[in-house]
Amino acid sequence: MTSGTEAFLEGVVRTATPLALAALGETVTERSGIINIGLEGSIIAGALGAVVGATHGGVWAGFFFGAICGLAVAAIFALFAVALRADQIITGTAVTLLALGGTGTLYRLIYGSAGAALNTPTLNATAIPFLSKIPVVGLALFAQPSITYLLYALIPVVSWWMYRTHAGLALRSMGENPAAAIAAGIRGKRVQFTAVLFGGALGGVSGATLVLAQAGTFVEGMSAGRGFIAIAIVVLGRWNPLGTVLAALIFGAASALQFYFQAIGTNLPYQLFLAFPYVLTLIALAATRGRVSAPAALGRQDLEL
Amino acid sequence: MTDVALELASISKSFGRSVALRSASLSARRGTVHAILGENGAGKTTLMRIAFGMLQPDAGTIRVNGETRSFASPSAAIANGIAMVHQHFTLVSAMTVTENVALGGRGLFHPRQARSELLALAKRTGFAIDPDARVENLPAGAQQRVEILKALSHGPRVLILDEPTAILTPAEAEDLLNRARELVNDGGTAILITHKLRDALKFADDITVLRRGVTVWTGRAAETTEDALVSAMLGGERVPAESIRNETSHQSPVSDGEVVISLHDVSVRDALNVERLKAVSLEVRGGEIVGVAAVEGNGQHELLRILAGRIDATSGVVTLPPTVGFIPEDRQRDALIPDLSLRDNVALAGAGARRGVMDWIAIGDRTRSLIGTYDVRARDENVHASTLSGGNQQKLVVGREIEWAHVALVAENPSRGLDIRASAAVRGRIIEARDSGAAVVIYSSDLDEIVSLADRVVVVYAGNVCECGNDYESIGRAMLGVTAP
Amino acid sequence: MSPTTAFIVDMLVHATPLMIAGLAVAIAFRAGIWNIGADGQFIAGATAAAWVGVSAPATIGWLALPLALVAGAIAGGIWAAIAAWLRSRFGVLEVISTIMLNFIATYSASYLVRGPLQESTHVFPQTDSIVAGARMPILISGTRLHWGFILGLLLAGVTWWVMKYSATGFRIRASGMSPFAARSAGLINVPRVTSGAFIVSGAIAGIAGGVEVCGVTFALYENISPGYGYTAIAVALLAGLNPLGVIGTGILFGALETAASTMQRNAGIPSTTASVIEAVVILAVIAIAQLRSRSRHSVAAT
Repeated sequence: MTSGTEAFLEGVVRTATPLALAALGETVTERSGIINIGLEGSIIAGALGAVVGATHGGVWAGFFFGAICGLAVAAIFALFAVALRADQIITGTAVTLLALGGTGTLYRLIYGSAGAALNTPTLNATAIPFLSKIPVVGLALFAQPSITYLLYALIPVVSWWMYRTHAGLALRSMGENPAAAIAAGIRGKRVQFTAVLFGGALGGVSGATLVLAQAGTFVEGMSAGRGFIAIAIVVLGRWNPLGTVLAALIFGAASALQFYFQAIGTNLPYQLFLAFPYVLTLIALAATRGRVSAPAALGRQDLEL
Repeated sequence: MTDVALELASISKSFGRSVALRSASLSARRGTVHAILGENGAGKTTLMRIAFGMLQPDAGTIRVNGETRSFASPSAAIANGIAMVHQHFTLVSAMTVTENVALGGRGLFHPRQARSELLALAKRTGFAIDPDARVENLPAGAQQRVEILKALSHGPRVLILDEPTAILTPAEAEDLLNRARELVNDGGTAILITHKLRDALKFADDITVLRRGVTVWTGRAAETTEDALVSAMLGGERVPAESIRNETSHQSPVSDGEVVISLHDVSVRDALNVERLKAVSLEVRGGEIVGVAAVEGNGQHELLRILAGRIDATSGVVTLPPTVGFIPEDRQRDALIPDLSLRDNVALAGAGARRGVMDWIAIGDRTRSLIGTYDVRARDENVHASTLSGGNQQKLVVGREIEWAHVALVAENPSRGLDIRASAAVRGRIIEARDSGAAVVIYSSDLDEIVSLADRVVVVYAGNVCECGNDYESIGRAMLGVTAP
Repeated sequence: MSPTTAFIVDMLVHATPLMIAGLAVAIAFRAGIWNIGADGQFIAGATAAAWVGVSAPATIGWLALPLALVAGAIAGGIWAAIAAWLRSRFGVLEVISTIMLNFIATYSASYLVRGPLQESTHVFPQTDSIVAGARMPILISGTRLHWGFILGLLLAGVTWWVMKYSATGFRIRASGMSPFAARSAGLINVPRVTSGAFIVSGAIAGIAGGVEVCGVTFALYENISPGYGYTAIAVALLAGLNPLGVIGTGILFGALETAASTMQRNAGIPSTTASVIEAVVILAVIAIAQLRSRSRHSVAAT
């Protein structure tokens, strides 16, 4: 029934979903002038939170608890990077380290030192009537787990919020010129805090997606650098929600290619495919040079609020 | 109801150990223009930032229409009918004019509705503006109008203008201040922060003079004189009254020294490939001060850096001596490393070409002698540059650059932000350098400074450089691109 | 050997790669380069050193050791140079590129030990053992402590001197603290200075990898670095980016890692706890630095 191409495209969307969720959140964070390298930490915390939530209250409790855990990790980042105005790169690196180590420790403490194989309930693909019948892309886009549909809904909502509300205007002005924003009566730190927490929550949902819509279990370090790839995706997507999601699809394709090549049975070593998304990230970042329009105040912890 | 629109009573404010305001007071009557006069660092801006909720006072009371208020943030001040036009623009350059004016609102943002509201406001107030232009593409004068429209959009009863004429040509400044007068005619109040006596006397009804954070004089403009205001501004300090009016002439006769710096058909394009300087030719001789005047953004930034050898020309021939001293406008960013010691900051000059081992002992000696010669008030050469006052930082920079380069010096707004004594000291050193035969180029956004220092004046307009007479009239016309008749 | 001696030896053996990689991070951070890629540079260095160590002919004897270490330095330098080039040529943030290069290094090493460099029986994912001439001499006989530790001390001393007393070191510090002033007041070619520091940083991280292969593992394994490059960030920051301080903090974190693995063996406390502690150390250091600079700046502000 499904052709090789359809299976490949389905894989693209499936692997792109967690990347897009994390990158969408990071887009909002970066638009406020904060670059959260600790996003990786929110994703892994979201993954562990999802396991805990799902084993106690089912799949959606898993997503919810995953979001909370991602948000909590982002709150630590915000405490240092926003409230204390510490260096965002160092803080983000430390938060990632904290969350990767912390989830490993907690997982072994909760589920046994060997990290006993653990299966959580997972979200099945739900085909949308009619839409999933569209040739070639129908199944890829509209026969996905429902978390993917939530992503579809979030894109226009975030765009609308960013460009058609005063809160969105405040967010963007903080990323461009915090002094101007504050002089206009905007509460700068509050805006940045909210943006970081939103990004963290979506990072958590992204991690939960890895567990609840894909792996069905938790593995230490299963975020595998997706937080960093998401940050690259934000650059590639030029800091706007739709661009971000399109860029995420490119990375989804890179990962899906690996399964595709394995399926058609080439004897290229799999490690090279594993490395491919990271190489692609570098090439993509180099290629966007000169066309980027980063928020002018991004990463500037030296600007006093 | 009282006829006082805004009253600041016994306001005190300290930053760490330094006291900015000591029980300063101000009382602005409804329907008047009120000037706050004082030299740099007197506390004018701090006082007004407190009135606008950007800073919280340590002590004192704010009354609006007789009622006590406290403003936790600018939004609270705005809600009480106070608006402020900042000296350094607080505009988001990547956003449109409409978006900038809408900033700080609540709820939904309807671009089309906001645009038509802005157009109506622009029409009503006479500040013409393109609502769809991105701010970064606007010249300084238009950005100032955006800043003002932003303030007026809230329908303020009290409008604070912080040094609004600093970046304008004389004609634009006059026009703006006349409009401020119109704004108050229907019962509003305008507060004008300025360090220019002339503007205060000409445009204000009332004047308050601040000195070192204290209100030292307040009264009607019509009932005072320039001399009375000068002595209020300076208190008992022994500074010649001319230096505050900046009307002393330090010119020397036309120099017949050798050409030290020369540009021939020099063009510069910036990173976005915009041509900033267009085939400019200029010669600077030893023993002369060439004054550069320009409205912000006309290419003077690039011209000075070409003259100082800090950037490369895109085309043309640049002839420079091996070393050119450079005093950049933003000394905290471009001239000093605040978290390094004075000794390390002195070592910075020429660091790019130095080889081998750093002779820290010799550099330490040189720093100590600089501190002595240039009257830098510092405990010793090992303190961080950040612990020095702005004036002492600038004296260190001036000394370092003059001693390092000897033959050529380029200075950009060298007395910005300094008090009168420090300004006078810095200007004195620049004149000394000229008198000892150095080729000196000085740019200042304060025309008074150029007129008083320069032997020869050039104006940069839209990337072109033209020689002009050293008087306000010719400079003012050339800055607007009007060629002399 | 008493348990205490055993612990001290283990601690110093653990400290060696952390100290050297910590120096690498300190140099880069001093230059204002956020090199998060010491891990990848370490792996690149370890790989090159292992390759030289395995393939060196026995006839060259002890020369194999310096050759292996130089190969490690070159490989680490090249790995950093990729990020330096992407930064100066294309404006790619080195934070992102170095993290990407860490993943690429990990997977590449994993490929090599299962492919071209796999040991002769083609069973285990590792290389053959390096030749005897490429092995670090032992410092205290009867223990695992090798001369790599002394090499680390020497590197720290040299780095300290260069940063403090050489014109190059001053240029690096000035460029890192204020690229604007360095360029405008110092006429320093900032991109060249920072790129140079970046590559030297990578080379030193590469040496750390080479020392680990030549002194401890004697072969390249998958996961040769259990995140040394990340721990090195904590080592460098806690030392206040002072090269001599890195000696102390390197030993401290060596003790921490030794204790963590002992505790995992004996008390069942997960070894990942060590990275939690590292993260807390980094956060504590920046919080203190931040609070201190705030109180200082509020005094200086006008």
